[in-house]
Amino acid sequence: MAGLGFACLLLALAICVYGIAASLYGVRRGRPEFSESGRRAVYALAGILTVAFVVLELAFLRNDFAFNTVADTSSRTTPTFYRAAAVWSSQEGSLLLWAWLLSMWSSLALFLTRHRMRDVAAYATAILLGFGGFFVSLMIFYANPFATTNPAPPEGVGLDPLLRFPTMMVHPPMLYSGYTLCTIPLAFGMGALLARRVDADWIRAIRRFAFAGWLFLGVGILLGARWSYSELGWGGYWGWDAVENASLMPWLTATAFLHSLMIQEKRGMLKVWNVSLVLATGTLAIMGTFLVRSGVLNSIHAFGGATLGVPFVTLIGVLIVASIYLVLSRRDMLRSENRLDSLLSRESIFLANNLVLVGLCFVIFWGTYFPLISEVFTGQESSVGPPWFDRYTVPLALVLVLLSGIGPVIAWRRATFANARRNFVLPAGTALLALGALTAAGVTRKPLALAMFCFAAFVFGSIGQEFVRGARARRAMAGEAPPRALLALVRRNRRRYGGYIVHIGIAVLFIGVAASSSFQHASELQLKPGQSTKVGAYTVRYVRPTASITPKYDRAHTGSTLALGAEVDVKKGGRHVATLNPSQGYYASQEPSQGTVGSLIGGQAVSHVSIDAGVTRDVWSAIQPNIEAPALKKIVAAGNRTLEPEQAPVALLVLARSYLKSAPAAAFHFIVSPMVMWIWVGGLIVFLGGLIAAWPAPSVVRARVAARARSRAPRDLVRA
Amino acid sequence: MNPSRKRKVRLTVALTAAVVLASALMYTSFSAASPALSPSQLLHSAQPGRSYVLTGTVAKGSVRHDGAVLDFAVRDRKGTSVVPLAYTGTIPDPFKEGREVIVTVEKQGARYVGERNTLITKCPSKFKTAPASEKQNY
Repeated sequence: MAGLGFACLLLALAICVYGIAASLYGVRRGRPEFSESGRRAVYALAGILTVAFVVLELAFLRNDFAFNTVADTSSRTTPTFYRAAAVWSSQEGSLLLWAWLLSMWSSLALFLTRHRMRDVAAYATAILLGFGGFFVSLMIFYANPFATTNPAPPEGVGLDPLLRFPTMMVHPPMLYSGYTLCTIPLAFGMGALLARRVDADWIRAIRRFAFAGWLFLGVGILLGARWSYSELGWGGYWGWDAVENASLMPWLTATAFLHSLMIQEKRGMLKVWNVSLVLATGTLAIMGTFLVRSGVLNSIHAFGGATLGVPFVTLIGVLIVASIYLVLSRRDMLRSENRLDSLLSRESIFLANNLVLVGLCFVIFWGTYFPLISEVFTGQESSVGPPWFDRYTVPLALVLVLLSGIGPVIAWRRATFANARRNFVLPAGTALLALGALTAAGVTRKPLALAMFCFAAFVFGSIGQEFVRGARARRAMAGEAPPRALLALVRRNRRRYGGYIVHIGIAVLFIGVAASSSFQHASELQLKPGQSTKVGAYTVRYVRPTASITPKYDRAHTGSTLALGAEVDVKKGGRHVATLNPSQGYYASQEPSQGTVGSLIGGQAVSHVSIDAGVTRDVWSAIQPNIEAPALKKIVAAGNRTLEPEQAPVALLVLARSYLKSAPAAAFHFIVSPMVMWIWVGGLIVFLGGLIAAWPAPSVVRARVAARARSRAPRDLVRA
Repeated sequence: MNPSRKRKVRLTVALTAAVVLASALMYTSFSAASPALSPSQLLHSAQPGRSYVLTGTVAKGSVRHDGAVLDFAVRDRKGTSVVPLAYTGTIPDPFKEGREVIVTVEKQGARYVGERNTLITKCPSKFKTAPASEKQNY
């Protein structure tokens, strides 16, 4: 099977080389049949990489530990769901996933554009196959997912327990889909520049893919934040870690592009800006992939054994140089057809929104790469922490939310005083109302959070007004009932109203971020059973210890051999609010030196966080029991001395009983965070709005069917 | 003012503002940054009251819980220099002897104190390539 997988990789590389040559020959020599063959090479690449991916997936499901990646990241005790998803937890498997997703999305993009812009598409095909060839080469020469060991080890190391979390398993495919989808606009953008066809056609062709990339990247980022909050045992969802930042940067430039392309479509402006944003987004997506694998920056995710720095730096260097050359050499063609009429216009607000987004991206880029920058300039590697990031990103985020409320209601070209009065009275009134209510409620000690709530209220007011006006107009025209009018309105203007829903989601998300980061109460302390502490307005009491000794009873169903925890009672004002059950799971190790019992619990220890989530607040808890307590250590030592491997689980029973009988003090971490749930709700609203905006409108589907019929007509006539 | 001149003025103002903001960003990043040092570098150059980002591996046999305080020592990845430190705050799940850690520390008198909630433990297994000698490529 490994041979088949590796043969697929070799064949994939050959297909890439052929496809690049055929596409370039076809477009340069005016031989469309070669360009067509290049496009089909992308489909072939998708097919062959699907086979390779299936081979690796089967190896994981069949516990084929002859495969090094399977032995390193899976085991018989790893639950089946996590075993299936462990494919992309290794360097090699994740590269295969990247290449496979790239080939699938590229196939879809080239299939949907097969009757349009053949010259642009031919260049895009060559560039996409270039990316494909690059990743396949990495697997062949640096990180082979089909490398084997002979004889095969009897058991694998197992999937890192920290990754045994449902959203963490979905997070990489989402993020990689986002990254790979971001390379499609880059390929078409470069194709348009190479073919010297820089009108809005190529933008229309890839708009949906840019949007899908933005959406997948956003979902991936949010799932990562959710994993961090629910699994990592520190209670936060964003830490300005280098790898988190790496995924946020292309998302920010993609957001900027999705706004500014409307100006190019409507007014023929910002062509240089748009193509630069597209190229920057694609390059940042590659940089995001590189950052995890290069080991150049200290990060929780920057792992050992990374050897892919040089090839990635080369690729990124080529992309940057090629982008700059193409934009500069085609700058005459990229001149705007119109000029800004007024600073008070929708174009100006979109431009301001773009500048803020790019500014945010620059701040994050500077902070993320500061260790390298400082080393170049001072010879000393230095880093900046979350307070530095917050100093710049919080004000920029405030401006961004405000602009997301102004943009949808301000007039194109030039806003008049009458227009401003008509459109801004209600949103401004909503914001002032929120300010009054929050001030009366005493929410004034955090002015930045207060400003965020008011700006979000402004967004609700402006977007709500747009929906009401649109539905009213529809009612007046079609005489429909209000809910039907609203639905019809959204259905017929999906891009516009889907975008508005995205704005609502972003405002909701930022309310959650502002509230949870500004008004959080946290407590870290040691408690014994029966002891209690105050966390904000809540009293938490360590009621009793808990223990489970087999994977079957492990609450989180992640395959831990032992879990020690606590039952915690949460009260507010003397009234019972919730019962929390935080625990820590212990996993087996492959180190015989730890002894027969010690190796059963000597692997990774992972917090199983317990959260009482609510609309207004979350009560979050984690525990680190003292498994090194003398009484417990004595049991492990005695078991190591006397028990054979098959008898060792008995010692875990004794250990669990001892823990239940007289639990030593455990380290607890409690956090009461207001409105965290709204971060996830906001994310869901963004996702919903994104889907609505990306879904083809009925008129587009009709136009596509008609175009297909037209393209078939000559062939049918010939047959007739 | 004619439109062309107006555009040039706008562009100049925008570019000046961008340069000023970028300069402020760069200045504050250099003044707010903490140097990243290995244990041997820290022992050689640490000044009291200044923050440093210390990177290295947790020394074997050094981990001790003393109430809410975690005492441990960070060793050079390749070398023998060891920095003992007292840390309070969240302890990441993968924290263990022999693991690579990143922690912000400050020299207080003769001892080193880890800043609260700054301890990061690098992921031990993900993306780690097995030694080439154990592999067989097709």
